[in-house]
Amino acid sequence: MGKKILLEHIDKPGIKSYEVYRQNGGYNSVEKALKEMKPSDIVEEVKKSGLRGRGGAGFPAGMKWSFIDKKSGNPRYLVCNADESEPGTFKDRYLMEFIPHLLIEGMITSSIALESNLGFIYIRGEYKWIKKILEQAISEARAAGWLGHNILGTGYSLELVVHPGAGAYICGEETALLESLEGKRGNPRIKPPFPAVKGLYGNPTVVNNVETIATVPWIINNGGDAYAKIGIGRSTGTKLISACGNINKPGVYEIELGLPVEEFLNSDEYCGGVHNGKMLKAVVAGGSSVPILPAELFLKTKKGESRLMSYESLSDGGFESGTMLGSGGFIVYDEDQCIVRNTWNFSRFYHHESCGQCSPCREGTGWMEKVLHNLESGHGKMSDIDLLWDIQKKIDGNTICPLGDAAAWPVASAIRHFREEFEWHIEYTHEAQKRNYGLLKSTKEFFAASVV
Amino acid sequence: MKVTIDGVEIEVEPGTTIMNAARKVGGDIVPPAMCYYTSLPGSGGKCRACLVKVAQGSTADPRPMPKLVASCCTNVQEGMVVQNITSPEVLETRKGIVEFLLINHPLDCPVCDQAGECDLQNFAFDHGRQQTRYDFERRTFDVINIGEDIKLHMTRCILCYRCTMVADQLTDGREHGILWRGDKSEISTYIQKAVENDFSGNMIDVCPVGALTDKHFRFRNRVWFLNPMDSHRDCKKCSGKVVLWMRGNEVYRITGRKDQYNELKEFICNDCRFENYDVKNWIIEGPREIANESVINSNHYEHGTKALPKELFSKINNEKWENV
Repeated sequence: MGKKILLEHIDKPGIKSYEVYRQNGGYNSVEKALKEMKPSDIVEEVKKSGLRGRGGAGFPAGMKWSFIDKKSGNPRYLVCNADESEPGTFKDRYLMEFIPHLLIEGMITSSIALESNLGFIYIRGEYKWIKKILEQAISEARAAGWLGHNILGTGYSLELVVHPGAGAYICGEETALLESLEGKRGNPRIKPPFPAVKGLYGNPTVVNNVETIATVPWIINNGGDAYAKIGIGRSTGTKLISACGNINKPGVYEIELGLPVEEFLNSDEYCGGVHNGKMLKAVVAGGSSVPILPAELFLKTKKGESRLMSYESLSDGGFESGTMLGSGGFIVYDEDQCIVRNTWNFSRFYHHESCGQCSPCREGTGWMEKVLHNLESGHGKMSDIDLLWDIQKKIDGNTICPLGDAAAWPVASAIRHFREEFEWHIEYTHEAQKRNYGLLKSTKEFFAASVV
Repeated sequence: MKVTIDGVEIEVEPGTTIMNAARKVGGDIVPPAMCYYTSLPGSGGKCRACLVKVAQGSTADPRPMPKLVASCCTNVQEGMVVQNITSPEVLETRKGIVEFLLINHPLDCPVCDQAGECDLQNFAFDHGRQQTRYDFERRTFDVINIGEDIKLHMTRCILCYRCTMVADQLTDGREHGILWRGDKSEISTYIQKAVENDFSGNMIDVCPVGALTDKHFRFRNRVWFLNPMDSHRDCKKCSGKVVLWMRGNEVYRITGRKDQYNELKEFICNDCRFENYDVKNWIIEGPREIANESVINSNHYEHGTKALPKELFSKINNEKWENV
């Protein structure tokens, strides 16, 4: 059993309620943070812990906190990004639904560290029922004296507001989230200035993912060094992985970073192997926007080392032969899945969700979707593959926010690793309508070699 | 603060954007701009036409920037080295941007009133490829009236957001904005409300394409057949400094005074723009010099082509048409 930090008490009956949560040591960190520590100490501890942002980019959380401008005297805000809409990622939903007080406790302690008196939880519009759960948790916490004026008699006041989005993926991008929170159209802002300098209503703001914030209480209780001991290298601590696709046990798992991917995929404690004893074809390791990898490159790096579930190991080899840990949306494809169809599906999503502000993303995502739809429905041309490659290259890196990159990477990686399947789709149009391509030649060879 | 753009070193104030630094130098190294508009704060960054490569961030941190940056909203640093037309990567990307912008643009230049003074036309001519690779249906819209004086031809719009900023910033009360998202987004008014404020006509001038056109001028003449005349009058609302576009003694249309980058320095009011077509209302200062190499000045005055030696002008033209 790996170390559990976030999901330590998840199995306790009634952990959703304040009483049970409190009995299991809940809100101790608030007491410690307010009475024994200075705000700067908390930031220091989080820095020491090496905690990295769990929303996808993996930016060190302590570093982000230390950028915030405390000298200007303007009010500071903490915004929790609960707009989890990446296809394949559902870890935050699980956390908020089943152990909401953990997030509230994290919000309080993080706000203390940032000396902020108003916090927002920007929750995805589709998570309506969780909004109610969180509001219930907030009112319980307020009744118990953890929120409101003069918390624990220390003179510190904090209010938390849960704000629902209106169903836009782009509002998970931090600056678009802030625009949306201000009541405007959810268009990403041009950076710099970064939110830490000029964020919500022009004031210094920190935007953190749900999981990042929920980890803070443990770090305060046990110290940053204890957290840094868990995990591997610069990927410290634990991470929630939401596993789905063709596996025996889909669900949300907390893993210690550094767990071998093969163990995560096959062990009964986690995914429990590929469904129906089929062969593994491909894996998207961190939500739809990270590059898809064929089985052989996913299990072993190009150098032949076993891959580990960590930021570094998964991105080993760059985009040529690696991927990213991203937000932890682990999607498994067995040999019966069609990569062309899957790429089209992802592309359709990004086309639908592009905000339309900058031209490469607005026009390019739609174009890619249409070309991929042609390929999938049997009207493709050989030149379409190169065309797709060219379009994604023109989008990648040229947009205001990372949505353009996120739309380009799945297409790029699918063509890079599964080109023969794309070609087969175009060459044998009729057959492609009836059956799937199955495993790549290289993947077959890889499995044949590993059996011996 | 010293910056180097395409090998030209220039001294600028701190806080200047790369775009404005390049404009100080002038000439070919100025990045094209479809959405940036100097006098509209908050504009820029959207069309990505002005992407440039920063080969050296600053003297203190000489690392190159990992991505191309939008020159209209990136401030210069001491010792920054910028590559615009000297970087093949930038030119290649720009080709892509033209292609993206033209995907949902009808290219109906032969019947478009903007032809001849269209930013997109110039941009596509300078940087585009000869043929599109996009063979799907393009989006189309009906032409609608927004207010008494302006027609919205949404099919031509490239969503630069400039007009929404005019409506937002020049007068009180927000009158129009963007609906929907992605490639379905469109500019529109608040549920069939007309755009009617004293400065709404400036939307026509800021529009880089022919999406917003002057209803009084539609289909009446081509801009290159008209003589632009700097003129002014006493106006209570604005500076009254305009350009009259005339043929003989007839005033065909009235616009603000655009500089060489097709930008207005002073916005004019609707009274000046739409109500005073009688030439007697104006004091004519003299013929206006259209500074860029547009077709408008090609027929009129000697100084239009004087800046460019004749041999060079024909050489550039030959190169441009070589691949046709």
